[in-house]
Amino acid sequence: MQRFSIGLLLITLAGLPLVAGEYFVNLGSQILIAAIFAASLNLLVGFAGLTSLGHASYLGLSAYFCAWLSSKMGLGHAVTAPAALLLTTVVGMVFGWIALRATGLGFLMLTLALSQIVWGLAYRWVSVTNGDNGISGLSRPSPFGIDLGVSNHFYWFALIATTLCVLLMARLIHSPYGASLRGTRDQHRRMSALGFNVWGIRWVAFVVASFFAAVAGLLYVYFHKYIHPSVMSVTVSAEALLSVIAGGAGTIMGPLLGALLVVVLKNYVSAFIERWNMLLGIVFLVIVIFMPAGIKPGIDALLGRLRRGQS
Amino acid sequence: MTTPALEVRGLRKSYGGVTVTQDVSLTVMPGERRLIIGPNGAGKTTLFNQIAGEIIPDAGTIKVFGQDLTRQPVSARAHAGVGRTYQIITLFPRDTLLHNVAMAMLGVSRKRFEFFNSLKPQDALYQQAHDVLHSVGLSHCVGMKASEISYGEQRRVEIAMAMAQSPRLLLLDEPFAGLSHDERLIVRDLIASLPREVTIVMIEHDMDVALAFAEKILVLHYGQLIVEGDRETVVAHPRTREVYLGA
Repeated sequence: MQRFSIGLLLITLAGLPLVAGEYFVNLGSQILIAAIFAASLNLLVGFAGLTSLGHASYLGLSAYFCAWLSSKMGLGHAVTAPAALLLTTVVGMVFGWIALRATGLGFLMLTLALSQIVWGLAYRWVSVTNGDNGISGLSRPSPFGIDLGVSNHFYWFALIATTLCVLLMARLIHSPYGASLRGTRDQHRRMSALGFNVWGIRWVAFVVASFFAAVAGLLYVYFHKYIHPSVMSVTVSAEALLSVIAGGAGTIMGPLLGALLVVVLKNYVSAFIERWNMLLGIVFLVIVIFMPAGIKPGIDALLGRLRRGQS
Repeated sequence: MTTPALEVRGLRKSYGGVTVTQDVSLTVMPGERRLIIGPNGAGKTTLFNQIAGEIIPDAGTIKVFGQDLTRQPVSARAHAGVGRTYQIITLFPRDTLLHNVAMAMLGVSRKRFEFFNSLKPQDALYQQAHDVLHSVGLSHCVGMKASEISYGEQRRVEIAMAMAQSPRLLLLDEPFAGLSHDERLIVRDLIASLPREVTIVMIEHDMDVALAFAEKILVLHYGQLIVEGDRETVVAHPRTREVYLGA
């Protein structure tokens, strides 16, 4: 049943370019990128119980590594993509090692501080990053001769990437490792006493989360063909956190819905209302009041109540 | 000579000027049931947490079956065969009893390093967890969440989780605390039924229920062992009376 509905959803999503114009296809691509990013953050926030406010670093670092390697080093996409993922993951290993000196608020502050360092570097290290001008003139790859410069192609490419990433993350969550990760979130003391290496489990989650954020970063730089330091700002980290919490932290589908909501509001509504941030705030408030656990758990509870009402 | 199950030598711990463990030494032989009693603030839990690894002592050594664990992390103790329960119930409240016990088994299984095989309900881990829950008399509610069962039942899940790891040394931290009279009897019988291969060290505040359990009893007071001996000796000892009755 579940497999059937996921398949149906994917077919529907894949059919979008056949019915919608380029504007919506591009909006779809951005939603997919935001969905991977939110899902990666959800590994930390939802499943490890570690609230990070610096997740944009990995999205940005991956994008910058890719841009720098291709524009300044002249390397091709076959090299820059895996290199960007690898380098970002290595940074994730080091940052995770630092940030996991603490949990809770301390962890949040450390992730924020680390992301501010990276953000500051992107602004100030002009010889490498071009500073406030950003790096432009980038290209999209053409895997197997398929030109991703075409919006529809890029959308399908992003859809495949998102599907793969979400499936991999879901698989991880349902594995014995995933069970132990949730255990460290709920009872870390007990987990140690049971023989689990709590710190190691959290660190692995941090590294995996930075890897998937790097995948989102790669798609991000392909999509925009341009990268600016603002992609690593606190706002981007906070928007992702908002997507996770609004959608439902600790669920697979929740953050994807949250990302959809945030991107749609940001892109679509901002055309009509200038202060879209205010609207986002109001929407978030409504969600928190009526569905405190997020959209996904909220809808589940609502459907459950309806079903019970019928029988 | 057989290796002691637990050997504590010259253990000392102080916080600032307050010494909470003063040169505590004790030896527990394999298969023994040992009880450590003492009034509130005697340093029972601090001593216990040093053996369990949550507090690192200032001086002294802790050996389990000859293996020096004094400075080993908490997780290493589980792998050395030390199981424990908590005085304050420490279960996974959102998960089923079955999952709680399965997690205990996962902790000492190589399986915990698996990242991509999904942990399915038909996994052998859950089958074994079922058997363990049956042994503590909870087979009727294996599918319920840990937060949905009674306090007495939660205490039994605590013991089930410890026993699921097949420990050689079991540390019970006030297993009767907060239980009703009937629940106490159930837990007492459950502890009495545990196999003799398991060495048990229990700390307990309440003397009445716990006394029958042990052959050898230690009385802890202000971080010091003041009386040691069999049941009759300890009960009759004037210092025990002094500590407990204030007389």
